Amino acid sequence: MAKLILSMDGLVLKEISLSKERTTIGRKPHNDIQIDNLAVSGEHAVIVSILSDSFLEDLGSTNGTLVNGQSVKKHFLQSNDVIELGKYKLKYINEAPAQIKAADFEKTMILRPGAMRTIAPAAVPAAAVALPAAPAMSVATPAPAKSLGDTMVNQGALNSSMPNPVTAAPPQSGAAPAQLKTGLLKILSGSSAGRSLELTKPLTTLGKPGVQVAVITRRPQGFFITHVEGANFPVVNGKTLDAQAHALKDHDIIELAGVKMEFSLKT
Amino acid sequence: MELSEALDIASATDPGMVRSHNEDSIASDAAKGLVVLADGMGGYNAGEVASGMATTVIATELQRLLEQRPPYVNDPNGKAVAESILREQIAKANTSIYQASQSQPQYSGMGTTLVMALFYDNKLSVAHIGDSRLYRQRGDEFKQVTKDHSLLQEQIDAGMITPEQAKKSANKNLVTKALGIDPAVDAEIHEYDASVGDIYLLCSDGLCDMVSDEDIAMALQTLGANLQLCAHQLVQMANDNGGRDNVSVILVRVKRDFRAPRGIAAKLAAWFR
Repeated sequence: MAKLILSMDGLVLKEISLSKERTTIGRKPHNDIQIDNLAVSGEHAVIVSILSDSFLEDLGSTNGTLVNGQSVKKHFLQSNDVIELGKYKLKYINEAPAQIKAADFEKTMILRPGAMRTIAPAAVPAAAVALPAAPAMSVATPAPAKSLGDTMVNQGALNSSMPNPVTAAPPQSGAAPAQLKTGLLKILSGSSAGRSLELTKPLTTLGKPGVQVAVITRRPQGFFITHVEGANFPVVNGKTLDAQAHALKDHDIIELAGVKMEFSLKT
Repeated sequence: MELSEALDIASATDPGMVRSHNEDSIASDAAKGLVVLADGMGGYNAGEVASGMATTVIATELQRLLEQRPPYVNDPNGKAVAESILREQIAKANTSIYQASQSQPQYSGMGTTLVMALFYDNKLSVAHIGDSRLYRQRGDEFKQVTKDHSLLQEQIDAGMITPEQAKKSANKNLVTKALGIDPAVDAEIHEYDASVGDIYLLCSDGLCDMVSDEDIAMALQTLGANLQLCAHQLVQMANDNGGRDNVSVILVRVKRDFRAPRGIAAKLAAWFR
């Protein structure tokens, strides 16, 4: 579950877990997080938590709310964001326990709107009911947030061992593979001889559409050349390729549609 | 003219880099202009069972039905009959999966997403449930045609988050609709015009969560001439980016016009076939 760390002048005052759907922040005592300081408005801001996502909204406060130094009205909180109200700072932490295996939390699950209400009174507020298993289980399970794991059938046994996927980090979609190399293609013959082409895109096509086309793919493992269309296949170092992808090595010579090119890795 | 002459279909499915088994399931029939993709969910092997049932029931039933009823004929309400055929078969698949999950404890709670397309008369009917998607590449434009039935999409629609923020959300994998989890299901079905040169991509969330739309579009644009290679390239890109989920893609390219036979001459020809 996400939490906030309240501090002032570098001194940690307290830690608050975002266990409610709405966590209010303000000077007046009825707020969930009360900050008794005149720079803070009576009802200053609210954090709305939905499952593992949290949103900060300024409630029209007199002095405003900053996130990472920027004034915001509404903000989708990311882990390690720092919210500032006057001299007070609230650090938002929403991190996955390190031991979580990717496979445990990314399975698609069904969210049943009706089931949300049956759980609401339980201690864990943002618990959605993503139960592929029998709906009745959502009521019987003491800690519904944990039931978000993928295999629901044997729930009792799983709860203890399974990390809570709600707090899992979001999958880094399209995460840039670590340090992709850059390749360089130098054209050796034909009308554009002497020109060179940097291979920075995931895919670079070569040749003439309808006549002969090959593609060079840029992958974490290196560069690969594959035939795309045309009766003739590309030739690398004098050898004609088949339909399979061919790994390119530094200083390989490619012949395609009558043009010679040299491939090299940029350092 | 046979539909298979007008449509080029290629597909690929892969368990990805993390999962041990593949819970996605795909089926296609170029002659009938039919493509189906399902992404199963549920414990043990139930996800595979659910997605397998969905594609098998829908594909075989539709193949049989399309022999009897051409999809482009209008029903008494003036609507193409395709939509009602699809709705009927999706309901049938839903019932089969739901009953299996009710009667067999090991399948309890299984379900599946679904995206499918039926091509006929220069058109296509697209049905979907959950977060498996259909995209269209037309000219330079790459567009998501289906709208996910997911928590994130609902939050986007409600204006709570922007599509950019949605990419960073931790609530990616929650769908609000699925096939086989309730006694009845409401599939979203729409009809679109198809034109020559279009490429349609059906995919499970294992592709669109791992590969950006720009990279998918680039693959379709550069490798559209070789659909099978393009399908493999998409799977490879998802795996190179981590391949956290099963990845499935079906590509359909419209090679030529496939207007349904019309007029007296065509009807006569159909009689004497």
